[in-house]
This record gives sequence, C-alpha cells and structure tokens, in this order.
Amino acid sequence: MTPDDPWLNLRQFTEARIGLGRSGAGMPTTEVLKFSMAHAQARDAVKTPIEWTGVEDDLKTLGLTPLRITSAAPDRDTYLRRPDLGRRLSPESRQTLSALSPSATDLLIIIGDGLSSTAITANAVATVAALLPLARQNEWRLGPVLLATQARVALCDDAGEFLKARAAVMLIGERPGLSSPDSLGAYLTWEPRVGRKDGERNCISNIRNGGISSDEAAFKIAWLLREAFRRRLTGVNLKDESNYQLEVSKRPAALSSP
Amino acid sequence: MYQATWQHTTYRFDNLKDLMAKATPPRSGDVLAGVAAASAEENVAAKMALADVPLKTFLSELLIPYEEDDVTRLIIDRHDAAAFAPVSSMTVGQFRDWLLSEKATTEALSRLTPGLTPEMIAAVSKLMRNQDLILVARKVSVITRFRNTIGLKGRLSVRLQPNHPTDDPKGIAASVIDGLMYGCGDAVIGINPATDNVGAIIDMLSMLDRMIDRLEIPTQSCVLTHVTTSIEAISRGAPVDLVFQSIGGTEALNSSFGVTLGILKEGREAALSLKRGTVGDNVMYFETGQGAALSADAHHGVDQQTLEARAYAVAREFKPLLVNTVVGFIGPEYLYSGKEIIRAGLEDHFCGKLMGIPMGCDVCYTNHAEADQDDMDTLLTLLGAAGVTFVMGIPGADDIMLNYQSTSFHDSLYVREALGLRRAPEFEAWLERMGIMEPGGRIITEKPTKALLEHAAGAAA
Repeated sequence: MTPDDPWLNLRQFTEARIGLGRSGAGMPTTEVLKFSMAHAQARDAVKTPIEWTGVEDDLKTLGLTPLRITSAAPDRDTYLRRPDLGRRLSPESRQTLSALSPSATDLLIIIGDGLSSTAITANAVATVAALLPLARQNEWRLGPVLLATQARVALCDDAGEFLKARAAVMLIGERPGLSSPDSLGAYLTWEPRVGRKDGERNCISNIRNGGISSDEAAFKIAWLLREAFRRRLTGVNLKDESNYQLEVSKRPAALSSP
Repeated sequence: MYQATWQHTTYRFDNLKDLMAKATPPRSGDVLAGVAAASAEENVAAKMALADVPLKTFLSELLIPYEEDDVTRLIIDRHDAAAFAPVSSMTVGQFRDWLLSEKATTEALSRLTPGLTPEMIAAVSKLMRNQDLILVARKVSVITRFRNTIGLKGRLSVRLQPNHPTDDPKGIAASVIDGLMYGCGDAVIGINPATDNVGAIIDMLSMLDRMIDRLEIPTQSCVLTHVTTSIEAISRGAPVDLVFQSIGGTEALNSSFGVTLGILKEGREAALSLKRGTVGDNVMYFETGQGAALSADAHHGVDQQTLEARAYAVAREFKPLLVNTVVGFIGPEYLYSGKEIIRAGLEDHFCGKLMGIPMGCDVCYTNHAEADQDDMDTLLTLLGAAGVTFVMGIPGADDIMLNYQSTSFHDSLYVREALGLRRAPEFEAWLERMGIMEPGGRIITEKPTKALLEHAAGAAA
C-alpha cells in the first residue's frame, strides 16, 4: 500500500473491512487469516467454559461475598439450543438460594457467563469495582454477588425472586461480534420476578476496551438505578439520560473515590 | 388424523399441522417449540404420510384458522382455483414428481403460481432433497424492475450493505465505494440504520439519492427502517426508492413487528406516489426468516419452515422488488448448525420462487451458531446454482453494525466466476462505462476511480 493509496483515506471513516485487495476473486491470504483469527476468538468466547476462581478472589478483595449458581441448562450445547433453560435456576441452586436467610437486598448483582466467558474475564470485575462506591454512596444494601453459569439475562428474575431483591443488575457476556469477542452487557431490572419481559429492563451494551469503559458503564448503571428506585420501574419507560448528566458533571471525582 | 405404517409400527399424527411439523427435516427451532418428530423414524414416517395427502386438503384443513389470522384469510381469499386445476388431483408426493418432471416448464410454473398456497409448497419441500430444491427453483422465472431489471436467467444481483455503527455518512460512503468497485449494488444499496430517528433516516436517504443521481447508477436505494418511518419520511419529501419492512407468516408476528396488511398497503402506495422507478414500479423490499414467529410467541404450534413460506404470501400481495430471507441471523436455538442453515436457505429460496416472489438470501450466521465461512461458501454456491435472485455484499463479510457474518463483495466475484452469473444488464453497462468492469464481467481496477471518489465525497459532505 502506497502513501497516496486512496483506500488509506477512506479507511479512516470506518472500521468496516474495506480496501482489502484481491487475489483473483478471493481475498488476499493475510486478510483470510485475520478474519479466521477474529472468528476463532469469537468462537472461543462462546465455547470456553467460565473459570470463576479469579473473579471470586477479586470480588472477595473488594469485600463482597461471591456465590456460585447454575441455570437449568446442564451444558453448553443444551444452553445454546434451549434458552428457556438458561433463564431458570437448577434444582441445586434453587436449594442453595432458599437456604440463605432472607435479608433485605436492595440491589442484587449477578454475573452470568452468557455468550462470552471472555467478556466476564475481561470486564466484569472492573465494572463491579466501579459500581461499588456508587452503590455505597446511595446506601443500597447488597446481597451476595451471584456467579451464574450457563446463564441468560432472565435468570436474574428467578434468583431475584428468591432473594426478594428490589432491583437486579445482571452483568452478562454478550453475543460476540467479530471485532468484539469481549463485550459485556448490563441489564437492569426493577423487582426482578419470574415473568418479567425484556421491555421491562434497561440495557447498557458494549462494555469493553474500545467500547463503553467500565467506569462509564458504572456511572450509567448507578444513574438508571437511582431513577429506578425513585420511579419504581425499569424498561422502555425509563430513558437513559445519563449522558447529559455526564456532560454536565464532567465525570465527577466521586467515580474514583469511595 | 393421519398415519403411516412401516413394517409393524404405525405412526399417527393428530392433524395436518402436527404432520407437517413432524415431516420437517430436523432443526433446533422445531425442537424448542416442542413440535418436532421424536425420532428419525417418526420423521420419515411423517414424510410418508404427508406424501399421500391430496393437495386439495390444504384448502380445507387450515393450519391456522381463517377467523383467527389475516394471513390465512389472505392466502385463502387470493387462491386461484383455475390456476390450481392442473395439479388439483395430485397428492403431495405426486406433486414432487411432477415438479421434477419435464412437464413443469418455466411457463407452466408461472401459470401455476397463483393456484398454490404456501402450505402446499412447504409440504412438498419437506419431501425434497437439497438437489430437488435447487433444480425446481432454477426453473422458476421471477423478474422485477425499478431502475434496473432483476431476476433474468443467468443473472445474480447483489445488495450492497454499507452499514456503520453510528450511521456516519462518510463511513457509509466509504463502504459504498468499496462495494461498487467490486461491481456490487445492482439489487439495492441498502443501509440498516442504527437509529430510527426520522431526521437521520432522511439524511441517509438524501445521501444515497445524491450518489445514485450524480453517478447515474442504474440502481435503487433503501434505508431499512420501519414502514411507518418510511411513510413519514415520504410525507416530509424524502427521496424514498424502496419501502422496507420485516414481515412474517402470522397476523400475530406482523403485529409484533408493528405492522398490518393495511399499513403495508399504505407504505406501498406512498412509495408508488413518488414515481421514482424508471423501468418499473416494484417498490417494496421485505425481509423474513425462519424462527421469527416462535421468538415472538406467534407460531400457533406450526413448524417454522411452513410459517416462513406463509410470509411469502404476504410479500406476494405487495409486488416487491426484493424479498430476502435472513437465514442464519436468528441464532442456533432456531437453526443450530451450518447444515441446518444450508437446508433452510434452500427451502426458503425454493418456496419463495414457487410463490412467485423475487427471492434473495442473506447467507449468514452468528458467532454462537455451529457454522463458519466454509458453510457460507457452500450455501452461496448452492443458491447460485438454484438461481437465487440476489445475495448480500458486505465489506469483508463482517457487518460491524449488526455483528454477524454474511457474504462479502469478494464472495460475489467468486460465485460469478464459478457459475458464470452476470449482473443486472443496466448495471453491467454502467460498470463498463465507469471503467470498473470490462466486457465479460471481469473487474479491471484495484483502486477506486477518480470519478467515484469525487462524487462520493461530494455526496457524503
């Protein structure tokens, strides 16, 4: 590629794979290999079983109490074929949660592997760490942090019902894109109970390096939760206007101090 | 009650809906819905029973009641008994044999189309192997026109899909230029917008309009937003070529998309009022996909492939320029693997063509499906052999807005070279005039031509 190559000019406007060149009708070897690697990373994000040990250690360091649970989907293959099972607790986890003495939980934090274990390893703890000072500031009582394997978003409803949580934030691995295998989503649900519809949740998507940072995500989560506690709802009727607040406050120092 | 006996076992099926579901080649969505055959043997027994069902039965035993569903009413009310007459005494199995025979010529199939219901076509597809789906679809001719002629024999068109995560006009223009340089875009230049804001949609429409106008490209543009947003844009004077909408095979599914047959009619009339087509007035662009009805809890216990075919009855009503089955986008809970996606793509194309609609296919998959680019190569090749109307062209096959993989600009060069498929004639002539393509179809240049760059920069400014 020469300096006067017009493709260099065009490429500054988009991340799309333009100006790749050709080998006859095919893509050049380097591009085929780059594409394969991106797909391999996305596949690994879906397929690699979540390893919770590191997450648990980090959460304990933050002063939190992690607790592992599983959905009713026994393995990855079933999980992918049966989204309904990923939304329900396994019988064992049902017992685990019912054995907990019911305590007043304002905010249930639940981390689910979802479709990307890579997203959890890369972004979950940082997001919780950024959220923690904001939760304390608002005096939200936290229960144990649930670490959920083979989880779909709505698993937070089943778990939230057991813990009688007033609100839940589910941090979950999103469907990996070719250039974003590590994307984390945050789903907020007021009064998580079985039967909640997707329209009754708020979502902050694309939390990752190169997308929304964990600090920014925590700020949005806390903003929406404050509104949720005030208005007693989440979902389509609760619009995220935290951008405006973020502009006004120019990212307050409160973000980094407890 | 339907039944089939094989050796000493008799399989019984409660009704036609149950029989259709159990005769369907295996796929995860039907298992998820709880309607699939319980064993491989039951699946084949159901095919055997289905082969003996008279085609006429589909006019009396309706899978979704007439009173409950406006798509059923559309199908029954539009059925043309005279067109149906030549095959009206056949069973589903005999119909398969007839379709494969020399008697089923291109002309005979054209005459037959108004006499067929989606359920009849779905039923016969369930008895067919992939090669049958290819050879029969290949015989069907469906030609549509707006600023060029789509669907001529030996031709394949491409939708240029220049999506950008923030709808950045320069980003979109950069992808359009790239695509044009590979000779893509004769089906449509179609953007999936990230926003549904009417003002932003109008900006995108205007940008594409300027580009098509200044470069005199014989093609059409589309911003794939909700039909009501397009109607609003038209009322504000926006240059809308094609009105887009996702549609499905049940009233409840269409309702979940926020549309009715009445709204679709209104959308079509709004687009027709602009009279922007130069060689024809097919102004609608529809997208569909197996599994959508189940995901919206709007499936009535009918298998996903039959419901998909019913969506084509909705499409047919509005004389579309293009219909696209976005086959692998929905995810592995509906189509698990490359094998299931390939089968579904061929079924959808076959059913669409027999319904008489200009059927294209977004040959695609998501990263949680058991599929990869090799599977897409296979489906693209098979659809090319089947005479698919159009496929997608996306930079490097990687849609950075919708986060899935489809077919690339390069892939269109591949399938043209492998199968000798040409572009729409008006578009082909334009590519030659622009110095992008030489007669015969070979792409000449590596770098964007100066004219293209200048015009595009102006359009995006």
